[in-house]
Amino acid sequence: MSLNAITADAASTVASHGASAVDPVVFSFTVFVLAIIVGYHVVWNVTPALHTPLMSVTNAISSIVIVGALLAAGPLEMNIATVLGLIAVGLASVNIFGGFMVTQRMLAMFKKRK
Amino acid sequence: MLSANMVELAYLLAAVLIIFALKGLASPETARRGNAFGMLGLGIAALVTLQMDAVQNYAWIVAAIAVGGLFGGVVARKVPMTHMPQTVAFMHSLVGLAAVMIAVSAFLDPVAYGIANAEGGLYMASRVELFLGTFIGAITFTASLIAFGKLHGLLSGQPLTFAGQHLLNLLLGLVMLAAGIMFCVTGEMLPFMMMLVIAMVLGVTLIVPIGGADMPVIVSMLNSYSGWAAAGIGFTLGNNMLIIAGALVGSSGAILSYIMCKAMNRSLFNVLLGGFGGDTAAVSTAGAVGQRPVHSGAAEDAAFLIKNARSVIIVPGYGLAVARAQHVLKELVEALLAMDVQVKFAIHPVAGRMPGHMNVLLAEADVPYDIVFEMDEINPEFSDTDVVLVIGANDVTNPASKTDPSSPIYGMPILDVSKAEHVVVIKRSLAAGYAGLDNDLFYMDKTMMLFDDAKKACESMLQALD
Repeated sequence: MSLNAITADAASTVASHGASAVDPVVFSFTVFVLAIIVGYHVVWNVTPALHTPLMSVTNAISSIVIVGALLAAGPLEMNIATVLGLIAVGLASVNIFGGFMVTQRMLAMFKKRK
Repeated sequence: MLSANMVELAYLLAAVLIIFALKGLASPETARRGNAFGMLGLGIAALVTLQMDAVQNYAWIVAAIAVGGLFGGVVARKVPMTHMPQTVAFMHSLVGLAAVMIAVSAFLDPVAYGIANAEGGLYMASRVELFLGTFIGAITFTASLIAFGKLHGLLSGQPLTFAGQHLLNLLLGLVMLAAGIMFCVTGEMLPFMMMLVIAMVLGVTLIVPIGGADMPVIVSMLNSYSGWAAAGIGFTLGNNMLIIAGALVGSSGAILSYIMCKAMNRSLFNVLLGGFGGDTAAVSTAGAVGQRPVHSGAAEDAAFLIKNARSVIIVPGYGLAVARAQHVLKELVEALLAMDVQVKFAIHPVAGRMPGHMNVLLAEADVPYDIVFEMDEINPEFSDTDVVLVIGANDVTNPASKTDPSSPIYGMPILDVSKAEHVVVIKRSLAAGYAGLDNDLFYMDKTMMLFDDAKKACESMLQALD
């Protein structure tokens, strides 16, 4: 059963109970707004001295798109869609490894007075 | 294979770890542990996805990860700290490009993502999400490439402006929007590709008018875009973890852009309009500059001043990075500390070419972070300080921002350098800063100008200390 079929099913169940159906996009949007608020509070607490590592680590984090790239590259039969997915997997990997490693390298440099 | 619920819970764990990665950056002590949380989060996310039934193409996928990971690892190990701004810009462009490729792939084969309707095409909602993800990704990709070129010196740091520029951008934006709406309605290939190509062009035309010194804002803004692009892909795939990670990065970049704009007393809109901020050395200084008398001195005079001071504050700027003077400066600081001179560093938020640029350079040179202070922390201390050493910084010390309402930088928060007993300014020439302004600080009686390259000046001062 596809996700949308499940949703439609759930929607009809909900509807039969008298409430109106909620689109999954609305749930995603809820998560999105809450995550922005979390991000706002967490990032204001980042010390300005570490703003450069913040940028390099967020680079690695936004490469979470590798999840999408893996799904695109997933099917065994090779076509344009799979090849694009594979390239995206490679690009995201550059950022994940590069981003975290360069952040680690920078953070290791920050030392207190002896 | 894990059940769909287990996958979702694992994604939740990854998202929480990513939040803790950012939280760790609140202090240098917790930052490394935070970074480890981040790696763990990304690792879990990738592994959970790899074990899904939809992912079968293991040989190729492992090869792609190995090639990309190896390249990223080598870059991370080799890149000099002075090149961090362009490295970050380069990585933003990769996120943008990856997002575009995923979006195109999802357009070509929606079945693989489980977002196809009964006819194998895309739902209307998916089309809207795909449109948003694609155009943000495309703009991020090309705009970051241009920013990279400017920061790396492949392209001129000068703003490139021409007549009708803003009109052109507006037209491109409208055409892109029209193509996007057409795609959302029809779901056809042609408007999708048109939208994609125009968004890429727009990325270029939006960034070319922005000068080198405004790059801290632009790099932050592109950081934000790369997050929104990831969130857009998350919406397309209906994946909450991507949405959370993207939103975190998006708000992070937005906050950094805000901090940078505020530190220049300019609006984001004003920065984006461009035409402001070429490279320091290249700005023409015709007119009044150079006709007023300055006190210039030799490195020996400066060394004498700092040696006999009780307290010294050092104000580094982009000139320090250009001259790569951070290591010899550290030696100079060591020598002063050994003579019982109190030394502190004062960092303006927009010093350098990206947020936190100076802090990383000083950390690289082994300057302990607890003698490095932010503007608001250290500003009250200047009036109690014997000597301020300004190295390769200019506009961020210009008293005109407080005294001259007609000055373009009036209202910009500055380091109160002019309140100190003595000021030594190390600069290659009297050339104006990025704002193209003369700096009153240079003509004050208490100020001594030391005309030299930052690195050479620090070397000479170090020699003269013994």
